[in-house]
Amino acid sequence: MLSDQDRIFTNLYGLHSPGLDAAKKRGAWDGTKFLLEQGRDWIIEEMKASGLRGRGGAGFPTGLKWSFMPKKSDGRPHYLVVNADESEPGTCKDREIMRHDPHLLIEGCMLACFAMNAHACYVYIRGEYVAEKHALQKAVDEAYAARLVGQSNVHDYPFDIYVHHGAGAYICGEETALIESLEGKKGMPRLKPPFPANMGLYGCPTTVNNVESIAVAGTILRRGGAWFAGLGGKNNTGTKLFCVSGHVNKPCNVEEELGITFRELIDRHCGGMRGGWDNLLCSIPGGSSVPLVLAEQIIDAKMDFDTLRNLGSGLGTAAVIVLDKSTDIVAAITRISYFYKHESCGQCTPCREGTGWMWRVMQRMTEGRAQKREIDMLFEVTKQIEGHTICALGDAAAWPIQGLIRHFRPEIEKRIDRYTANPHSEPVPMAAE
Amino acid sequence: MANRRLAPASEQPESFAFSPENAEWAKTQIAKYPEGRQASAVISLLWRAQEQNGGWLPRAAIEAVAAELGMPNIRVLEVATFYTMFALEPVGRFWIQVCGTVPCDSCGARGLKEMLQARLGPPGHVSADGTFSWLEVECLGACCNAPMVQINQDYYEDLTPESLGQLMDDLAAGRPVKVGSQTGRVSSEPQGAVNTLTDPTLFDGSRVGAWRKRFEEAGKVETPAAQTGEAASGTQQAAENPKPARPDVGRPIERPASDAPAQRAANGETPVKAEDRADAAERGRSTAKHGSARPGDADVLDSPAKRVAEGEPAAGDQGHQDVPARDAVPQQPEASGASAGEVAAEAEEARIAGALAALPKDASPERKADAVGKRPPGLDAARVGKPDDLTRITGVGPGNSQRLNGLGIYHFDQIAAWSRDEITWVGTYLAFPGRIDRENWVGQAKALSAPAQ
Repeated sequence: MLSDQDRIFTNLYGLHSPGLDAAKKRGAWDGTKFLLEQGRDWIIEEMKASGLRGRGGAGFPTGLKWSFMPKKSDGRPHYLVVNADESEPGTCKDREIMRHDPHLLIEGCMLACFAMNAHACYVYIRGEYVAEKHALQKAVDEAYAARLVGQSNVHDYPFDIYVHHGAGAYICGEETALIESLEGKKGMPRLKPPFPANMGLYGCPTTVNNVESIAVAGTILRRGGAWFAGLGGKNNTGTKLFCVSGHVNKPCNVEEELGITFRELIDRHCGGMRGGWDNLLCSIPGGSSVPLVLAEQIIDAKMDFDTLRNLGSGLGTAAVIVLDKSTDIVAAITRISYFYKHESCGQCTPCREGTGWMWRVMQRMTEGRAQKREIDMLFEVTKQIEGHTICALGDAAAWPIQGLIRHFRPEIEKRIDRYTANPHSEPVPMAAE
Repeated sequence: MANRRLAPASEQPESFAFSPENAEWAKTQIAKYPEGRQASAVISLLWRAQEQNGGWLPRAAIEAVAAELGMPNIRVLEVATFYTMFALEPVGRFWIQVCGTVPCDSCGARGLKEMLQARLGPPGHVSADGTFSWLEVECLGACCNAPMVQINQDYYEDLTPESLGQLMDDLAAGRPVKVGSQTGRVSSEPQGAVNTLTDPTLFDGSRVGAWRKRFEEAGKVETPAAQTGEAASGTQQAAENPKPARPDVGRPIERPASDAPAQRAANGETPVKAEDRADAAERGRSTAKHGSARPGDADVLDSPAKRVAEGEPAAGDQGHQDVPARDAVPQQPEASGASAGEVAAEAEEARIAGALAALPKDASPERKADAVGKRPPGLDAARVGKPDDLTRITGVGPGNSQRLNGLGIYHFDQIAAWSRDEITWVGTYLAFPGRIDRENWVGQAKALSAPAQ
């Protein structure tokens, strides 16, 4: 188990005060000026050396991302945008950072802005997080009052941080949609290229990072990239907040080393599996967008980016949804389908039309009111949606269904058999092609 | 997509104006954004308008916000209908939003919905006394405290139908209620079993500054990395890993596991095995195999071992199943990042932008292109006086065709032979960075030139 000394979010559960004084005692804002004096190249090199991969789901190396920003300004300002639009089903980690350890985030913003030659940072918080918005705003006000940030501050680097509040749209977690939304438009993703590092917010060079990626920066720089890289495994370094929900005895957030096994994560922190390990049906290990993994494959798997990808799934945001054998798995995936139908922004036809179509077919399959050949048709349609949209929402809608068909086809067939074995007044419908 | 419309005219108030305090507050919001970018404050202002109007957003408020920000009405209307937290119809004094997405759904949200349905009727309607209305919404992001609801602005977590009913009674009667967990949890800790973050030295300040040791031990402040080091490594990485914009790597590796009847038929097996059918019928809801020792496993779950046994390659028998390079990055949604191909593309774009920034703005296309790539060799005239119709390549129109001819490019096989540097050169020359890769001109040209050979 990760030792307490190596945990970054020491107030994860809010058992202590989130205020500035308490945060300073826990190590935030400690020697920030010293770190800034090391220079931006040192900061970026340390971040690269740490091997930190973005915590928002894509796992893109954070140091590398920072290095994409232009070295010299061509007259346009640079921006850092922090993605706090945490809406991936199963994910509830950024919320705890903003409520309980906001100063780590604010300090990280300042360090990241310095490394990217940016003087302004916007934190985009999802609309539902009203209490979190107030908590973060309070911490920002404290930092301004203590002159830790602002136009003239004790760090001699002009830096402003603004809290921006969204209004409920999952798609705004996609970086270009988030930028659109921040500009006051509908959150519809943009085509890339141009990438935000070249043309982002207001047409200026912009980097969008997840809350957790930014909030760990201060501690990594203090203790060194080598320390962070020493935790976890090769290419999957460091610690990560895991959000365990679903059918475990004690669902919780916990910071652990990447590469902890699923069994250890549940047994040690979540009070074990509800009904014992034999009761585990499957798990969705990275938020609803990734395909499910069957019990026997996940149970001793390492929870890291590469292992889970090799299992045909992904670590995503490390939102581990655990499902036991009482779960109606077809209905659960149908519910996920409904989520994507509801959250599709409507820009690309394959996603706008496809998510609704898939949901309607899935609904019938839940009852068994379908034809067996529709299972293959559904699989084929998911393949038509995947990769044919501007952003990854189309993929995210397709993968859970692919995972279901891959692992639970006999279950779907059984329902169809059961339905057709009984007399019904209405004929079994068939999806339009 | 949700279909969202404004409330009928009979419900709409005549006019809307911000109260003086709110108008003052709006100014502070607009001041957060750069000059001329006041449209960024539209969501904040709509929020405040909704609060002022008792929890829903009438047409007059949308128009007032548009006037305040100097935006066309339609732009604000777009925003108001796109974001689902703007209620476009009147809501109850207590507006209950039940999270119904999978983590909550599997922990009892259905019970909450049934209770609300029984008590308040169908979603979206205000109760007769105007106190409550409810709606099922998508993930509210408190999954470790499932199931939960949001009532107005507050989260109420770890609910049961009974505790939600009690909560509603208390709210309606004006009694104080506890926001957050209803079972005594502080936040998302494991209930009654916190076994981490117990070391008191984390909190008493005794560990502050301990990290400085590594700098002191190093004897001196670490020298900053060379200015060029990091830019060079970025481009080097891109050069080692040149990939088009949307490759397959990074998507989950797919096993050909879908043991589909069609596939079985193709393999010459019985499409539906008798034992599978019996198996499906005999077991309960679950179809997962118990334990891994059952011999029947291999029938449902594809595994490398099974594939070897069947004489198929254990891995790599599908294009995108190749083990990706170590630097490859998986792409998952909630994407604040990019796929491995985008790493390369982005690094390439950064390199080109850097090279071009060094040139004067009015440099000729040739000069710009020379700075980033290598000019492809051209012909003086088409072979046999008969050029290929380059417009058959998707993405090449009459204009580009003419400009390519101007470079001495007349034939598909010339395009098919372009190297990476040459692609960059032509892309920059035509001022279409990245497009040649995106539209795969080279691949298209290869296909088109094939019959001629």
